[in-house]
Amino acid sequence: MSHWKPNTTLETLKCRAKLLAIARQFFHDNNYLEVDTPSLSQSTTPDPNIESFVTEFNNTRYFLHTSPEFSMKRLLAAGSGAIYQICKVFRQGEAGRNHNPEFTLIEWYQPGMHYRALIEQVDKLVRLLLKDNLPLNETVLLTYRQAFEQFAGFNPLTASTEQLQTILSENKIQLQQQTLTQNAYLDLIMSIIVQPNLPKDKPVFIYDYPASQAALANIRKDKTHVAERFELFINGIELANGYQELLDAREQQQRFENENKQRLAAGQQTIPTDAHLIAALQQGLPMVSGVALGFERILMLATDKNSIWDVIAFTADKA
Amino acid sequence: MANYSTNEFRSGLKIMLDNDPCSIIENEFVKPGKGQAFNRVKIRNLKTGRVLERTFKSGESVEAADVLETEMEYSYTDGSTWTFMDTETYEQVSADETAVGDAMKWLVEQETYTITLWNDNPIGVSAPNHVVLTITDTDPGVRGDTSGGGGKPATCNTGAVVRVPLFIDIGEKIKVDTRTSEYVGRVKE
Repeated sequence: MSHWKPNTTLETLKCRAKLLAIARQFFHDNNYLEVDTPSLSQSTTPDPNIESFVTEFNNTRYFLHTSPEFSMKRLLAAGSGAIYQICKVFRQGEAGRNHNPEFTLIEWYQPGMHYRALIEQVDKLVRLLLKDNLPLNETVLLTYRQAFEQFAGFNPLTASTEQLQTILSENKIQLQQQTLTQNAYLDLIMSIIVQPNLPKDKPVFIYDYPASQAALANIRKDKTHVAERFELFINGIELANGYQELLDAREQQQRFENENKQRLAAGQQTIPTDAHLIAALQQGLPMVSGVALGFERILMLATDKNSIWDVIAFTADKA
Repeated sequence: MANYSTNEFRSGLKIMLDNDPCSIIENEFVKPGKGQAFNRVKIRNLKTGRVLERTFKSGESVEAADVLETEMEYSYTDGSTWTFMDTETYEQVSADETAVGDAMKWLVEQETYTITLWNDNPIGVSAPNHVVLTITDTDPGVRGDTSGGGGKPATCNTGAVVRVPLFIDIGEKIKVDTRTSEYVGRVKE
């Protein structure tokens, strides 16, 4: 029998439309320009933890974007000023209770804004989006280190591999393959020990990540050496990821090369460096912070659903 | 045998784990936006019935288990093995005590059971939801009491002890729910 019917109720569809309208009004009121960048691109992120869908056009390999970040930074470098975009992005191999291979990101950049100020803006928008459905208590701000110390009982910046393995076995987590990288251990502990224990019914921002998890964030040039990156969690669900954006073209190039080295070592395909992004950075990006918010996960909270499958009309299995 | 990657994991999939055939009960995908993905999996060991949890790095692969579930009729026992027959091919398999497990007390000749075969060897037997058993021992029946209230223990031909209504006598046949070990009704010849 054909399962042609949508996963969602009409109520959920209406909530989706309402929240998108609220978001657009918020950006309009804050003088952001709505932009549109290509989903199909000749380059993509070499991040070894993100796999892009690949296709072809005119005998050239094209990737479906996993985030509009690179193109939006080219607009910023060209002098766009504050911009936002609401678009579908695509990630290979991601399906589960909180994941669908295509999902909606709300991504925005504010030149001149410090990432700690951007955290406050994210907080404002999320409260606005959830105001009718999920009353939120006062916001909690924790550094990455504080979050691990409070909810997993150790300092993630100094922990040895043995210590990480002990934490896992104390929590009765048995790994099929014992040898993980330091960051993979931390990711696992974050996902299944820290996140579920974060305070409920309030926005929890975790900021200042280990430099090894900087992604595209600026690494602070002082003895803390942390990445100026933040994430937002509500009720244990990861909702947003933001940066004080890395501006240095040479360092960006270096990070891409390192990621491609990790890809090679793990037997993954390497990704051609986005020369347009590097050229844009060389010309100069204004000091800027930016963030991406997973819209369907906001919708899950607004409609009190436990699974992303309940808020997407046709998930990949039914698409 | 083929391999399964974690992205093929789903409930019911049969995989080899620690050299034993297992069945996936639950599979949860966890991944931070910018971090390593994992599959947290709840698995039943098909030989021991034990449930365990294992965390896989997404993208890892495991060997598939050659496990087949098939319907077979119980034929006889020689005391140490229990023989089942495929009624279409007349092919027979003999299961040991561990493989028969809890189904032992529901084994009735010519009744159909689900046999779990691993590399063609039986490792598990599941009884149908209902079986018909004969009472071999119970207190004398109370004639006229058909209320079903109260009840008494009765030993059946398979060794199973089932609580039955007071009016049931030795030699009578009863229908039993194997999932709850409860009396369902009297079976008239």
